[in-house]
Amino acid sequence: MTPHESKSNGASGVRLVSAPARPADLLLQHVHALDPRTGLDGVRDLLVRDGEISEIADSGTLSAPPGAETVDGAGRHLFPAFVDPHVHLRTPGQEHKEDLETGTRAAAAGGYCAVIAMPNTAPVIDSAPILGALLDAAAREARVPVGFMPAITRGLKGEELTEMAELRALGAAGFTDDGRPVADAGVFRRALQYQRLCGGVLALHEEDPSLSGKGAMHEGVVSALLGVAGIPSVSESTVIARDCALADYENARIHIQHLSASESVVVIRAAKARGVQVTCEASPHHLTMTDEDVRGLDTRRKMNPPLRSEEDRQALIEGLRDGTIDCIATDHAPHARDEKEVPFEQAPMGTTGLETAFASVYTDLVLPGILPLALVIEKLTSGLGLLDLLVPAIAVGEPANLVLVDLGAEWVVGESGYESRSENCCFADRTLRGRVLLTLAAGAVAYRERSTILSVTSSAGQSLR
Amino acid sequence: MRHLLSIEDLTRDDIERILDRAAAFEEVSHRDIKKVPALRGRTVLNLFYEASTRTRSSFELAAKRLSADVVNFAASGSSVEKGESLKDTVLTLVAHSPDAIVIRTPYAGAAALVASWTTAAIVNAGDGKHEHPTQALLDVHTLRQKLGSLEGRNIWIVGDVAHSRVARSNILAFRKMGADVTVCGPPTLIPRGIEALGCEVRYELDDLREADVVYALRMQHERMDQNFVPSLREYAANYQINGRRLGPRQVLMHPGPVNRGVELSGEVVDSPQAVITMQVKSGVVVRMAVLYEVLVGRASDLRQRPTRPTEPQLA
Repeated sequence: MTPHESKSNGASGVRLVSAPARPADLLLQHVHALDPRTGLDGVRDLLVRDGEISEIADSGTLSAPPGAETVDGAGRHLFPAFVDPHVHLRTPGQEHKEDLETGTRAAAAGGYCAVIAMPNTAPVIDSAPILGALLDAAAREARVPVGFMPAITRGLKGEELTEMAELRALGAAGFTDDGRPVADAGVFRRALQYQRLCGGVLALHEEDPSLSGKGAMHEGVVSALLGVAGIPSVSESTVIARDCALADYENARIHIQHLSASESVVVIRAAKARGVQVTCEASPHHLTMTDEDVRGLDTRRKMNPPLRSEEDRQALIEGLRDGTIDCIATDHAPHARDEKEVPFEQAPMGTTGLETAFASVYTDLVLPGILPLALVIEKLTSGLGLLDLLVPAIAVGEPANLVLVDLGAEWVVGESGYESRSENCCFADRTLRGRVLLTLAAGAVAYRERSTILSVTSSAGQSLR
Repeated sequence: MRHLLSIEDLTRDDIERILDRAAAFEEVSHRDIKKVPALRGRTVLNLFYEASTRTRSSFELAAKRLSADVVNFAASGSSVEKGESLKDTVLTLVAHSPDAIVIRTPYAGAAALVASWTTAAIVNAGDGKHEHPTQALLDVHTLRQKLGSLEGRNIWIVGDVAHSRVARSNILAFRKMGADVTVCGPPTLIPRGIEALGCEVRYELDDLREADVVYALRMQHERMDQNFVPSLREYAANYQINGRRLGPRQVLMHPGPVNRGVELSGEVVDSPQAVITMQVKSGVVVRMAVLYEVLVGRASDLRQRPTRPTEPQLA
C-alpha cells in the first residue's frame, strides 16, 4: 500500500501525510449529523464506502452492504472531523514528549482528521532534508494526516530566512517561528515579500520579548498576589498591530496564532475591517480558563501566551461570535512529567489539548448557552481552510473525515490516561461532557473509543457481534 | 496546622494562636539554659536554595532551643549544582525521615510543591517573590509587643514591593490583624494589581506622617541593571527614610540586611524608633512557635493561659 496523501484544495504541492490505512466501509445509523457549512442538521443514516461518503439518507432507510460495519448512532452526533493548524509533535529530537505516532493518536482520539505540526523541534524544521525526512516518517507513523510548517527563519533565530521556496515545493503547509516572534521587523518584512514567490501563510506567535521579560503568567491581580513576574497583554497586541501594518503594506497573508488578550481582538477586528489579509485562532484553554485558575501554580496551566483575565476571555468569545477569530486551535504542547514537576517559574510553557478540545469547549461554552454548537463545530473545522488546505464536510463524494460524539457522556480528564505520550493537560481531573466515540480521517477509521459498540456484518450477512 | 506555606492560608485566629505561643516562648529565651525538650527526638531539616544567614540561623536556633535535631542543607556545594531536580533532592533528603523541612527557594509555590511530595511538615522560609510567612509573623509579633494591638494602625511599606516576598506576606498579615496598609515606592517597582491585596498605593512619601509604622524594604543593587530606577542616588532622594522624614512617634522596621544610606539613613537605623534588632529577636521565638505548631499542633489552647504554658513538654 502507498502512504496516504490528502488532496489539498488547490494549494500547490502542500502535503498532508499519514500512514497507510484501510479505507472504511461503514454504515452510521440514526446519527444526528451536523455540518454548519452545508446546513445539514438532522437525524440521518450515512454510508461510507471505500473511505468516501457515498450516501446520506433519512434515518432508518439505509442498510449495510456486505462487509461493512454498522454503527448504531442513535442519540449521538456526527460532525465533520476537526482540524488543527497548530500542534507540537516534538519530532525530531524530543520524542520523550511526543512523536508522530502518539501525537496523531491523541489527535484522532480528540476527533481530529488532520493537524499541522510546528517546527520548534531539535533540530528545528528549517531545511528541506529535515522536512523531507519528517514527511517520510509521517507516511509510516501518522494515524491522521499531518502537515508541517517549517520555520520562517533558520534555527528560529529571527535573523536569516529559511529556503522557503524549496520548502514550499517539498510540501510545507506554511511557515512559522512558533514559540517565538520574528522580533526584527525588517526580517519579518522580507518574509512577507518573499511570500509572493513561494506562497504559504505566515503563522505568527506574537510577543514582544522586551515586554514579556521573564514573565511566567498573565500580568494582573493574580501575578501581583503570587509574586510571579507577569507577561502583559500588550506584549501580544503591540506586535500584532505591527505585523498587521506590515502585512497590509506588503499585501501579504498572515495568520495570528493563539490569541489571548482583549487588546489583540480589538487590533485584529480593526485590521480585518480595513481589508488586511489576517486570520487568527484561539485555543480552548484561553476560551475557558483565566489567570484565576493559575492561583494554585499548577504547572500544567503554564503556557505561552498565558491564561489571561476574565475580561480577555470574554473578548475572545465575542471574537469567535463576530467572526474576528476564525478558528479554534489547540497549541497542543506536550512536556514530560519530570519537566513539569518543578516549581512554576521553572516549568516549560505548554499544555496538551488535542484530546480535550471539543469536550472543554462544549462543556464550558456550548452547554451553558454561551455559544451555539454549530459555531463551535465550524471553528473546530476551519483551521486548515485558512491555509488553503482541507475543509472537512459531510457531503456525498467527500472523503470520510468524520467524528461521532456522545454529547451526553461525562468523563474525567486523565482518569483513564491519555493517548498522548505526555500528561500535562490543563484540564486534568475536570469532569467534561462530550466524548469522542469514533474518528474517521482521510477515509479510514483513526480512532474508536473502547466501549463503542460496532456491529460488523460479514460478507454472508451475519452479525459478528 | 500541618504546614506553614503562606500568610494567605492563615486566619487571624491562627496568627494570634502562634504569636501567643511565641510570647510564651519569650520566657525561655531569658533563661540561663535556653532550652526546653518540646521537640526532643524530632528532626528539622533546613533546605536553603538561596543565600541566607539570618533566617537560616534563626530557624536553627529555634529548633535547637526546642531540643530538635537540625540538619542544614545548602544548595551550593551539593548535588543541586550537579543538576539534580528539586524533587529528586527532596526525595533523597526525605529518606532520612525529617519531621519538618524548612525550605527557601527562588521559586514561587516551591514550598507548597514540596509539601505534596512528603509527609514531613513544611515551613516556607521564602518562595521566590511570593511569600515569607515567618518574617510577617515575627513582624506582627514585634508590633504587638511594641504597640499592643495592630487594630486601626496605619502601616506604610516603602520600597521595592515588586520583588519583595516580605511585602506580600506583610501586607496580608497586617491587614488580617486589622491594620491599614499603604505601599509606596517607584512606579516601576509597584506591581500592577497589588491593590487587590487590600492596600493603598502611593508613589510619594509626602503623607508619610500618617503612618504609625514605617516598614522600609531592602533596595537591591541588582535592580539597577534592569532600569527599575535611574540610580540609587535618585532612589534615596525620593524614598529614603531619614531623620527629616521619620517622625518621633513612628516605629521604624526593616527586614534586614540594611543598606545604610540607601533605603535608610544611618541616623534612623540607630534611632530609638528603629525596632530592627527586636525583629531579629522575635524571629527566634516566632519560629519556635511555628515549629511547635506544625509538629505538635494546637493540643492545648494557650490563649486561656497566656502567661505561662504548662504542658509537660515545656517544663
